[in-house]
Amino acid sequence: MRPRTVKLSLLATLSFLFCGLPAFAQSSPPATTTQIAQLQSQIANAQMSADNAWMLISAALVLLMTGPGLALFYGGLVRRKNVLSIMMQSFAMMCIITVVWAFFGYSLAFSSGTPFIGGLQHAFLRGVGLQPNPSYGATIPAQSYMIYQLMFAIITPAVITGAFAERMKFHSMALFLTLWSIFVYSPLAHMVWGKGGFLSASLGGAFPCLDFAGGTVVEIASGISALVCALYLGKRIGYPKEPMTPHSLVLSFTGACLLWVGWLGFNAGSAFSAGPLATSAFVNTQFAAASAAILWAACEWIHRGKPSALGAVSGAVAGLVAITPAAGFVQPMPALLIGTVAGITCYFMVVKVKFWFGYDDSLDAFGVHGIGGTIGALLTGVFASSAINPIFKSASGATLPSGVIEGNWHQLINQFVGVAIAWGISIVGTLIILKVVDLTIGLRVTPEHEDEGLDITQHGEEGYDFAS
Amino acid sequence: MQKIEAIIQPSKLDAVKQALLDAGIEGMTILEARGHGRQKGHTEFYRGREYTVDLLPKIKIETVVADEILDKAVEAILAAARTGKIGDGKIFISKIDEAIRIRNDERGPTAI
Repeated sequence: MRPRTVKLSLLATLSFLFCGLPAFAQSSPPATTTQIAQLQSQIANAQMSADNAWMLISAALVLLMTGPGLALFYGGLVRRKNVLSIMMQSFAMMCIITVVWAFFGYSLAFSSGTPFIGGLQHAFLRGVGLQPNPSYGATIPAQSYMIYQLMFAIITPAVITGAFAERMKFHSMALFLTLWSIFVYSPLAHMVWGKGGFLSASLGGAFPCLDFAGGTVVEIASGISALVCALYLGKRIGYPKEPMTPHSLVLSFTGACLLWVGWLGFNAGSAFSAGPLATSAFVNTQFAAASAAILWAACEWIHRGKPSALGAVSGAVAGLVAITPAAGFVQPMPALLIGTVAGITCYFMVVKVKFWFGYDDSLDAFGVHGIGGTIGALLTGVFASSAINPIFKSASGATLPSGVIEGNWHQLINQFVGVAIAWGISIVGTLIILKVVDLTIGLRVTPEHEDEGLDITQHGEEGYDFAS
Repeated sequence: MQKIEAIIQPSKLDAVKQALLDAGIEGMTILEARGHGRQKGHTEFYRGREYTVDLLPKIKIETVVADEILDKAVEAILAAARTGKIGDGKIFISKIDEAIRIRNDERGPTAI
């Protein structure tokens, strides 16, 4: 991306100069070095404005995914007595993680440090100004990069709330996810996207793992941690004997559609420019969501005789999850295929495997995000195309093959390493943090409170007042 | 005086209400109810979990009528609410000892 940016600006400068040549020949003195420098800076400013416009819109789109998107999606899936509690958990992440990010989170993820975690140079956003940081979005202000990454840091823990829905104390949830963001999310983001990170593909990682928009950092991390939470906290009282039907699929449907729209900013914004790579990610995102939705609904149709609305939107989310790491690396047809595989596999995980093992992953954060993210991360290594994104270069600057389809079998190993590390840090980190919170302030509400509902017992209010 | 309790399909509410008004019944109480008789419920699936829903939404109409228009009222409900399929509902009739209008303490059939 960066070399292309430089080439583009040079090209633009040259063509501008050549157009002006006849005029110079007749009356004006030849272009001076200062004039060229001035033009170059004007072109750079114009490009920054264009890229920054897209990045700010994308950042807003990613925030839209958490609240209202995820809040509505999850809110509709729980029972009526818990609707506010699950929405409030997403909203709490929007507020708490923003502050954590400003204090330490961003620095731990994106300051230079060890290959496994960043340092504290950028703590309290020191040195994160309006000039671009050449390593992170060379054509956008460093604060744009920081705020865009913040939206990712918000939605990742918010996804986990689906696993312990309807049974965790509010303050325990807040403490757990704050610690999780600092000790699991930031290190993993540093490894994959940080300069010198262990898994970084473009900034000198030992195992360059391709992850365009967070298949490992966001999806595997949240999905696997969700499974650990579901296992550690145990089932909801009455699960699976008592009926626990979604209280409003209208909310869930609306939320899922907002997630889809927001995801276009999540993936296409991860190009960190408004150029052709953003288009590629945008197109792939749309294709994978559609094919996964069709496949999930088709599986239901064959299996149960009817295609359900919840199934179709769940499939779309699975497709969006799976295309996340691949969005800026693959061609459109492989994107359709990735969505197809994700639609079928996540359906099988959510509808069959969950019941075989009996864990209460209440809103299927593991089945959709953990599994979809893993599928996406591995298939990225298969279908990555250097024509879309020439990310690997030889010492002489020639483009090297990206994925297995271009003959780079080694990339699949790198993807496996990335997936294994993401699973590992999620399992170990989440277990330790859960244990710490459990031993200090406890995790679950009392059985009486669980029965009464978290809206009343944790927040003192009800989602719906039918009497007024 | 007689009390008519009619449990009907929700979709038949407007037709039954109109038929009762046409039969000269001036007051009624409508309740949203859930229940089942011999009718079986249906199955719902949410992400692979199967739920049997056997309590189906119904409408319960309560009205108290004078003895002489009871038959007419029952005929009206039967005609308006019947589809001929299982799940059309039931009518229960019971005797009422007294009716009192709260506004002016009026008693007996004129109070209904």
